[in-house]
Amino acid sequence: MNFDLTDERQMLQDGLRRYLRETVTADLLASASQSATGQSDRLWSGLAEMGVIGALFSEEQGGFGGAGFDIALVFEELGRAGTFEPLLEMGVLSGGLLAALGRDDLIGQIIAGDARVAFAHAEPGGRYDPCHVTTTATASDTGWTLQGRKALVAALPFATHVLLSARTGGAVRDTSGISLFLLPVDKVQARDYPLNGGGRAAELDLNGTEVPQDALVGPEGGAWEALERANARAVAAISAEALGLMESIRTLTTDYLQTRKQFGKPIGKFQALQHRMADVLIEIEQARSAVINLAGHLDADRVTRERHVSATKNLIGRAGRLVVEESIQMHGGIGMTEEYALAHLAKRLTMVDHRLGDADYHLERFIRLSAA
Amino acid sequence: MDLNYTDEQKAFRAEVRSFLDANLPTRLSDKVAGGKRLTKADYEEWHAILNARGWLAGNWPEQHGGTGWNAVQRHIFEEETTRAHAPRIVPFGLAMLGPVLQKFGSEAQKAQYLPRILNGDDWWCQGYSEPGAGSDLASVKTTAVRDGDHYVVNGQKTWTTLGQYANMIFCLVRTATTGKPQEGISFLLIDMDTPGITVRPIVLLDGEPEVNEVFLDDVRVPVANLVGEENKGWTYAKYLLTHERTNIAGVGFAKAGLASLKRIAGLERDGDRTLIENPLFAAKVAQVEIDLMAMATTNLRILAAAAAGQAPGAESSMLKIKGTQIRQEINALTRQAVGPYAMPFVSEALDEGANVEPVGPEYAMPATQAYFNNRKLSIYGGSSEVQRTIISKAILEL
Repeated sequence: MNFDLTDERQMLQDGLRRYLRETVTADLLASASQSATGQSDRLWSGLAEMGVIGALFSEEQGGFGGAGFDIALVFEELGRAGTFEPLLEMGVLSGGLLAALGRDDLIGQIIAGDARVAFAHAEPGGRYDPCHVTTTATASDTGWTLQGRKALVAALPFATHVLLSARTGGAVRDTSGISLFLLPVDKVQARDYPLNGGGRAAELDLNGTEVPQDALVGPEGGAWEALERANARAVAAISAEALGLMESIRTLTTDYLQTRKQFGKPIGKFQALQHRMADVLIEIEQARSAVINLAGHLDADRVTRERHVSATKNLIGRAGRLVVEESIQMHGGIGMTEEYALAHLAKRLTMVDHRLGDADYHLERFIRLSAA
Repeated sequence: MDLNYTDEQKAFRAEVRSFLDANLPTRLSDKVAGGKRLTKADYEEWHAILNARGWLAGNWPEQHGGTGWNAVQRHIFEEETTRAHAPRIVPFGLAMLGPVLQKFGSEAQKAQYLPRILNGDDWWCQGYSEPGAGSDLASVKTTAVRDGDHYVVNGQKTWTTLGQYANMIFCLVRTATTGKPQEGISFLLIDMDTPGITVRPIVLLDGEPEVNEVFLDDVRVPVANLVGEENKGWTYAKYLLTHERTNIAGVGFAKAGLASLKRIAGLERDGDRTLIENPLFAAKVAQVEIDLMAMATTNLRILAAAAAGQAPGAESSMLKIKGTQIRQEINALTRQAVGPYAMPFVSEALDEGANVEPVGPEYAMPATQAYFNNRKLSIYGGSSEVQRTIISKAILEL
């Protein structure tokens, strides 16, 4: 048993943490949020140059990492800095799926940050069910005709391509019959908008969009297994990001408890607050263990892996809410203000529970998987 | 023991309800129900409608142009107005300053300010908190130094709600530094147009500039604007806070919020069912409803005692804590209910006539905003921590 990082990972973590601490200022995040793409070109290319995108892919795929613990350490640091560059969607999800389904030709450009593939999978009314695909792809003489709507496609204004799921068979929530298509971003009609916690996303309207035969990625109707596996890695990523957010929030809050004085002493000297902050610490440590559990089981058999997916995301959802609400409360009025650093971190952490399934969704799923 | 309202109280409720049916503009109730942005003019319009009926000042006696209602009547009015999605009554002049002036103000102050509050000529804001004086309010540092017929005021106030709309501010200022901190505080009325006052908006978590910082730099205030006696301001401030705590439980808001939560959960798809049919979610909704049923009765027990003439003391701290917990839980469940569409933030969609479609269901973004905004409930007006200390000292005698 050894919970230490390998030397290579330790170096990546140290370098990444230092780079983000020096680069990610409140101004950078604000101007990224206000930009047309919702992202920071400077940060994105900086991360690509450091090899951070490459760390999400295995050596066979052209990267130099790709294991659960690589994903966890990258995303914990991204979370700690409060960044919202779309590494999860473009690296772990789209990139991971393209690599898994044999489209190795694009991986080099993805790792370099030049190919930016948005992931268009969720749909209106689908809530958190990853099998909920109503968008259809029908074979035509020249290729495929796409019909349907996609929801909350992260970072679309920043994308060069879109990886899109559509049904070539099966019923709405079947696992079989889901296919993936890769198209240039100018093929889709979209309305984009800002998100709570930073970045932009878009609603896609596919109204008879024609794509060529070779837009199909992987086997026709057989994308589910790869999708579920990519989803598991994405849950590991977002859970680690949440952990990083929690750590930064914890630092801000303990600093505040030590410096803010009322009734003649630092408020951190009041036992009522000490005990609550101790509970927050305990839950963050639980979150860290949950992330380790999932990162260490991403290559396990399906049921073991997926039980860990749902266990981790459930715990992260619960711990996240506690950390957000207690940190705002212990800050008092200042914790309610947009311009204080806590606001962005707290909003981003709150939104984690609205991505890739909330705590209740994963609680029910954990029960189902455990009964199987 | 009789849990029913009296015939008289029932008739009053019916009267309020039919008044709202006839007089609450749909334009305003649609905005409130839809979580849209209310303007200064919206609040003023609703105040004027209530004032025309004589129902604007629910906690003022009739001699000053108020309703003379008792605590139970005020509660019924609050329940009916929140149920009908009326804009809230802006409390600073009506619920807070009015009662202080009526009890401690000079005849000239009463004659000058009370009618202007009712008629909407003045919009008051509250200058209590400072950067260094939040929960520890008695440590206010803003100074007022006597100079002939004026006080010269210097300092900074913060968390001044809707101060951007106000033309008047009532302030706690320090006029003495000897003795206990509470003994050197005075209560001043200040015209916001006086030279030396700067207002800076503070944007909150939901993106709205709801509160402000107010900077006071050599602001000259006529001595005639002192309320009561110099250095007795703490007494008046505490009296005001007991009025701030009327209807503090927010039962009406909680009931309206619960109804909205159930509506949304009944619309949200969750696989083959709606979300309200999901047993896990339904259990959480039921849990908070059960808490609300009991809290509503705790509230009525305390109101009944107040209507019979017993001043509510530390009991209002219980109501604030429990009422806040329930409302915040309803907000959290509503945010959870809207699912992935809690994420888009399209601020312009909140403006009337902006012609910007919301992303996802129209109720989604307001649900997220309300969750973040109502974190304030456990912070303002005496944080939940301060309320617990009051209970442990005043009721438990610990």
